[in-house]
Amino acid sequence: MTLTEAPAPPAPAAPPPAARPRRRGRFTPYWLLLPGILWLLVFFALPMVYQASTSVQTGSLEEGYEVTWHVAAYWDALSGYWPQFLRSVAYAAAATTLCLLLGYPLAYLIAFRAGRWRNLIMILVIAPFFTSFLIRTLAWKTILADGGPVVGALNALHVLDVTGWLGWTAGDRVLATPLAVVCGLTYNFLPFMILPLYSSLERIDGRLHEAAGDLYARPVTTFRKVTFPLSMPGVVSGTLLTFIPATGDYVNADLLGSADTRMVGNVIQTQFLRVLDYPTAAALSFVLMAAILVMVTFYIRKSGTEDLV
Amino acid sequence: MEQFQPDRLSPAQVAAMRRSIRGGRAALTRRSLLRSGAGGLLAVGGLGALGACGIPPAGTEQGGVPAEDHSEKDRTVNFSNWTEYMDVDDGGGRRHPTLEEFTRRTGIRVTYTEDINDNSEFFGKIQAQLAAGQETGRDVMVLTDWLAARLIRLGWVQKLDPANLPHAFTNLSPQFRNPDWDPGRAYSYPWQGISTVVAYNKKALNGIEVRSVSDLLDNKKLKGRVGFLTEMRDTIGMMLLDMGKDPARFTDDDYDAAVARLQKGVDTGQIRRFHGNDYTSDLTKGDLAACLAWAGDIVQLKADSPDVDFVIPESGYITSSDNLLIPNRARHKTNAERLIDYYYEPVAAARLAAYINFVCPVEGVKRELAKIDPDAAENPLIIPDEEMRAKSHAFRSLSAKEETVYEEKFAKLTGA
Repeated sequence: MTLTEAPAPPAPAAPPPAARPRRRGRFTPYWLLLPGILWLLVFFALPMVYQASTSVQTGSLEEGYEVTWHVAAYWDALSGYWPQFLRSVAYAAAATTLCLLLGYPLAYLIAFRAGRWRNLIMILVIAPFFTSFLIRTLAWKTILADGGPVVGALNALHVLDVTGWLGWTAGDRVLATPLAVVCGLTYNFLPFMILPLYSSLERIDGRLHEAAGDLYARPVTTFRKVTFPLSMPGVVSGTLLTFIPATGDYVNADLLGSADTRMVGNVIQTQFLRVLDYPTAAALSFVLMAAILVMVTFYIRKSGTEDLV
Repeated sequence: MEQFQPDRLSPAQVAAMRRSIRGGRAALTRRSLLRSGAGGLLAVGGLGALGACGIPPAGTEQGGVPAEDHSEKDRTVNFSNWTEYMDVDDGGGRRHPTLEEFTRRTGIRVTYTEDINDNSEFFGKIQAQLAAGQETGRDVMVLTDWLAARLIRLGWVQKLDPANLPHAFTNLSPQFRNPDWDPGRAYSYPWQGISTVVAYNKKALNGIEVRSVSDLLDNKKLKGRVGFLTEMRDTIGMMLLDMGKDPARFTDDDYDAAVARLQKGVDTGQIRRFHGNDYTSDLTKGDLAACLAWAGDIVQLKADSPDVDFVIPESGYITSSDNLLIPNRARHKTNAERLIDYYYEPVAAARLAAYINFVCPVEGVKRELAKIDPDAAENPLIIPDEEMRAKSHAFRSLSAKEETVYEEKFAKLTGA
């Protein structure tokens, strides 16, 4: 590009064949972009437009649906289902926090201390993905069964009295309570937290730790001043990868929860498949998307890592 | 990529541009470019495009929309069914003896697909094609009453030709002959009948007696250990019966009263959860001490776990059926009708009933079934006796408006 666009070149120096690489050079990036752009158009932009349209339609299956700019669907969605929205955000936030608390030490261990066990532990982290999401969630029904050892132990230690008082569990059981749903969410999304954390921890130069020690920093201070700040990109992308899908999840609430643990994903599913209220379902999806977008933007601004992805 | 070097700008301008590209608050990043580009595109194109969308009204031609029938030259039929709803052979379990017998006899090859897991989900899957008047690739499919009623109402299934259904016409059990949504069975024939009963786990009950739906809701000792079904008609129907109402003739007020009674159970924590197909393991483990359940499941569960049993409430129970339907534009309609008719021959029906344990809708099957499995032939859950039939009730069909309102109220009850 640079060479051929030089002003007033000596005429004989630019023979016709030289024009070819120039043209190819100019358009190559666009050709390379094309598959991605097409993909986005067909599988993201078009469905979005279709959904946006559905959200402002009215009608029924018999009469068909027409765009009537009935924006009240948004108001109905929000006023009717705000408890489920709040619940989704609360459960997802709880699951994300738990994932971070569980995932960080493990990622730290894999990155710095695992040695030759590193690959094995990585495989163990990823191994659950070899079975289906549904099976993994159903397995929790056995783990947390009323007569099972986990609930028995929690009862013996009177943990369920405390969680019951907090409203996380009901009676002497865990299944069909908020705690079970949060457990399911945490378990299912944990690898999405560990993998980005690991990849950013693993990149940290070990000599920085030595330098910190040489400067009389205690291990805690080293972690606080060196390791944790450097792992922030991993923390941010890990929390996003966990929080966003967890907010929209409905499988965990469906299988492990009860009537008062339903999340917004369940509402959308019910409205779309059972009530056949397509506009409300579409409006709910848009409100959810907007809410997540706002929260994520705020979060990224706050954590000051805009260039992480 | 090569470095961009504009040449018709002053050096100062070039320097400024480079700065703006590389850094600073207003840096022109790929992201900001995409952001503004997408925003503009959406604003201009979006509003126009929104107006162009929409779903056309359902075709309401009575009798459905036929396609050219390829039955004669293309000897196949595409059959969509629920999982575990067909007999399988003893070895491997991949072959279906009754279907093979059909092929041997007629020369029609059956492409059997178990792709139905949930009525609502399946409707979501085929709705767009049928609404647009396209073929679904299926010649015959099995759907529960209320969805069958909806498809008939929408004009999305074809009228059957009685000439191809001699056995079905003669052998259909009287109990199933005249549903209010398809009187005389012009569009549908039952595949199997489904009874909704009260099931319990003896060990988990530990001596507590459960005989009715009221016992589930009122016995404080069962708090948090009873479940109801996510199928609106089964749960509300059983509730209505328990309250002394007729599910075939109830009013809006009756419906609301039933919902209110269940809502109280949800609010007090008496009801653990509303469950679909996933209740069987909860019941065998004893996490659910008692619940509403489908009798066909319980017959199978009882074989493995002796603690599980069921009771038919004094007030009666809800019966529904899964029905064979031929969707619009099916390409092998005659073959599909022959398949339906085949399953109304007592021998084939008995072989099926012996395997899947649901209510058999075929008359005169008892003698054939006794030859294969004498116990099954005497089981009133498979072949209902007079007493069972007297207690059986059907949920009335709903208009489109009622369906929306009722489903919405039921959704609120179950959490959304």
